[in-house]
Amino acid sequence: MSKQEKQAVVLSAVLSLALCGATSASAMHIMEGYLPPSFCVIWGVICLPFLVAGVFSIRRIAKEQRKAMLLLAMAGAFVFVISSLKIPSVTGSCSHMTGTGLAAILFGVPATAVLGIIVLVFQAILLAHGGLTTLGANTFSMAIAGPLVSWGLYRAGRKLNLPKKLNVFLAAAIGDLFTYCVTSLQLAMAYPSDNGGVAASVVEFLGVFAPTQLPLAVIEGLLTMLVIMGMEAYAMPELRAIGYMKEV
Amino acid sequence: MSKNQKIAVASLLAVLLIALVPLFALKGAEFGGSDDAGSQMVETIRGESYEPWFTPVLEQLIGGELPGEVESLFFCLQTGLGVGVIAFGFGYLVARKKYSGKAK
Repeated sequence: MSKQEKQAVVLSAVLSLALCGATSASAMHIMEGYLPPSFCVIWGVICLPFLVAGVFSIRRIAKEQRKAMLLLAMAGAFVFVISSLKIPSVTGSCSHMTGTGLAAILFGVPATAVLGIIVLVFQAILLAHGGLTTLGANTFSMAIAGPLVSWGLYRAGRKLNLPKKLNVFLAAAIGDLFTYCVTSLQLAMAYPSDNGGVAASVVEFLGVFAPTQLPLAVIEGLLTMLVIMGMEAYAMPELRAIGYMKEV
Repeated sequence: MSKNQKIAVASLLAVLLIALVPLFALKGAEFGGSDDAGSQMVETIRGESYEPWFTPVLEQLIGGELPGEVESLFFCLQTGLGVGVIAFGFGYLVARKKYSGKAK
C-alpha cells in the first residue's frame, strides 16, 4: 500500500471509530427497514474503512496485475451466482449462500468487501432482498466478517500444512456459517429479548438461521473448492501473480 | 480418471444430494425464505408486530410487492450474469492452456 492509500484507510478507520463511539452499540440478510436507523448508520460506518481499502486494493490489482483482473471478475461473478441460488434446507425453509469465501481466499478481505457490496446493492434495489437501509449491516456480515474468517482460516491452514483442498473447503464453509452468526448477533443487538437480553436473543436468531445454513455452508465449501481446483488447473500464472501460489 | 476428477465428481454429487434431499424428505414443507423466518422471530421477541420503517425502493416505485415472476426474472438475471462471466473466464483459461502448448 502506498503512503497516501494508508493515510486514507487510517483516516476512514479513525472516522469510523469516532462515529461508533458516539453511540455505543448495546442482526442472511436483514430485511429492509428492520434495523433501527442508528444501527444502520453504525454498521455502515464500520464498513467504510474496509471499502476504502478495498477500492485501493482493486485499483492496485488493475494497475499491477492486469492479468489477475480476470480472476477478480470471476470471483465477483461467483458471489453473484452463489448468492442468487436459494436452496431448500433440512429445516423446511430456503436460504442462500454468500460465495464470498473464494474472493477472500484469493484477494483478501478488502477487495471482497467491494465485490460483496455490489451484489448486495443489486439485490436490495432490484429484488427487495436485504435492503438499502440495512446495507451496512449486511455488508459487514456477508462481505467483511465472513470473508475475514475465511481468509484467516485459510492462512492458518496453510501454516499448519493442511491439504489444500480441505483447507479451502473449511475456510469457505466456516466463513459462510460465520456470516449468519454475525447476522444473528446484529439482529439480537437491535432486538434484545426481555428476559435474558442480547444473549438470549442471539440464541433465538441463531436457532432460525444456523440449522438452515449448515448444509448450505457445506455446499458453498464444496463449490469454492471446485472453482479453486479449476483455477489451479488452468490459471497458474494468475494465481502466482496474486501470491496465491508461492511455493510452486 | 485422475484423483482430481474423482474429487470433482464426488463433490458435485454431494452438492446435488444436499440440495435435493430436503425437498423429498420434507414433503409439504413450505420452503419459505429464512429472511422471513427472521422477521417472524423479531415479532416473537418483541411480542408485537413490527412495522418496517422503510420499504424497498422498487416496491415504493411500483406501489406494491414485486410480482413473483418478475422477481424470479431478476434472480435469473443475477445468476446469468455471474455464470456468463465465470464461463467466459474458464473458457479463456482452458483454451489458453490448450493452444499455448507446454510453454509456461
